[in-house]
Amino acid sequence: MEVFEVVRPGFFTTIQDKGRYGYQQYGVPVSGAMDSYAHVLSNLLLGNDDGKACLEITLLGPCLQVLRDTAVALTGADLSPTLNDCPLPMWEGVEVSSGDTISFGSQRKGCRSYLSVVGGIDVSPVMGSRSTYVRSRLGGLDGRPLQAGDRLHSSNSLGNLPLKRLPPQCIPLYSTEHRLRVVLGPQDDYFTEKGIQTFLGSQYVISAQADRMGCRLEGPSVEHKAGADIISDGIPPGAVQVPGDGLPIIMLADRQTTGGYVKIAAVITIDLPELAQAELGEIVRFSAVTEDEAYRLATEYEQSIDRLRQRGR
Amino acid sequence: MPVEPRRQAMMYERPRFLPGGDRALFIELGDTIDPELNRRVRRLLLTIQEAALPGLVEVVPAYRSLLVYYEPRQIRRRELRARLDDLIHESLTAELARPKVTEIPVAYGGEYGPDLGAVADHNRLSPEEVVRLHTGATYLIYMMGFIPGFAYLGGMSPRIATPRLPTPRTAIPAGSVGIAGSQTGIYPAESPAGWQVIGRTPVELFLPRRQPPALLQMGDYVRFVPVSDEEFHVIKKKVGQGTYKMEETPVTQEDESGGL
Repeated sequence: MEVFEVVRPGFFTTIQDKGRYGYQQYGVPVSGAMDSYAHVLSNLLLGNDDGKACLEITLLGPCLQVLRDTAVALTGADLSPTLNDCPLPMWEGVEVSSGDTISFGSQRKGCRSYLSVVGGIDVSPVMGSRSTYVRSRLGGLDGRPLQAGDRLHSSNSLGNLPLKRLPPQCIPLYSTEHRLRVVLGPQDDYFTEKGIQTFLGSQYVISAQADRMGCRLEGPSVEHKAGADIISDGIPPGAVQVPGDGLPIIMLADRQTTGGYVKIAAVITIDLPELAQAELGEIVRFSAVTEDEAYRLATEYEQSIDRLRQRGR
Repeated sequence: MPVEPRRQAMMYERPRFLPGGDRALFIELGDTIDPELNRRVRRLLLTIQEAALPGLVEVVPAYRSLLVYYEPRQIRRRELRARLDDLIHESLTAELARPKVTEIPVAYGGEYGPDLGAVADHNRLSPEEVVRLHTGATYLIYMMGFIPGFAYLGGMSPRIATPRLPTPRTAIPAGSVGIAGSQTGIYPAESPAGWQVIGRTPVELFLPRRQPPALLQMGDYVRFVPVSDEEFHVIKKKVGQGTYKMEETPVTQEDESGGL
């Protein structure tokens, strides 16, 4: 069923779900929502399964005309959303009617907003996912960002009960300083002790070279023992590559599946949403956690999502 | 890009488990680019896939390692490690399917291979000799990765090795066949690239709706076959109509040793 007509597409609006798994062995990146937390929450707020596709809206939002009565939920960055020129409340389900207009204004906090609709945005899945991977024109709407005139569909699958109200502590604050926890490795032994100390003890700044593929940082150079090249291997989410110039690059949703730069560490996945909302010039600091600690944090996170899901049931 | 193979195959006595964040872990079997080591990677890949472990999301095989993605809720890291340890042992006797050689038709030089002359000049060869050396080898597909459908090939003659372009091109067409240092490869899609482009194939290396989507598979082999511009167009038309039949043959011992 048609649910939105795109009046203006915004700067870079794509359809994303949880990502495309199982095809990295053929070179296909995972993709999916950069802020996985905001994506899941936008679905739970409507009673959708958490894997439903939504719109990932970057910096400058679109203008959408609503084509039928339904409900939407907007999470993530605050890009001054409006419904018929009145502020559109975020982090809750909002009923909308045919003929309404959803629009966005100036960026207030964060970089990426997630707009879900009851049933999820429906396009035919490619390799099991609706996520858009623009570089190879895969998934989403012909593998591209939205364009004016696009008509978006939603599926009318029956969901669960929507989450009525979100506990306030579930709404992230998006500070301008980001502490990212990492598990050192797989190639931390390619760095001098001084290099590791620089990496964990310094302040880095988000550079202009930051997109869905990766985020390049500026700051003190991390010292290698002997060179930045390895025999190419897989790249896990959040992997921190350090090429020859010693400046870390954090690999994100659209990262290439394999690469030949040493990886000093990987940011734990529950801290990646924070990075997805970080803006140019903001500060990043790394701190190391053990693999056991990372495991505990990942399972605690999943349990907290489960609890929210239960509240909706 | 990969480093040069060392003279002696270096396979670890005991595989190394290395962390890959909180949802993935690396199994590294050695530290070199070597066909036998790469076969061990494939044996382990096959064994892990057949075991269908609960909580296993996917495995990304590479030259000498595998990156195992898992769901921490469904399997504890320590348990996964223990299971993988067993599978590593089991994999030593896993039977791999007989590899095949896929022939990739390539129109060399001219508008399809603008850098053929530069590769020839750099190596003090004629363009014809470059083509002869490039088509004379059988290339092992060590791994797939980097971008969808891209094959990391081994076995190029060092006599046609050529550094990358000083300034990358903003776009080279899909199917471009190029050389970068001691590597050769085929670009499955239009892409910016610093490779020396020596030819182009009309064959589609990646089709999202094909199963599997990549034409080439890790562990198989590739041979480049020179075609004329006319043949290029005929093949391209057939590819468009879906009637082009790839030439595939079982691998011979000569192929496995590189064919040179």
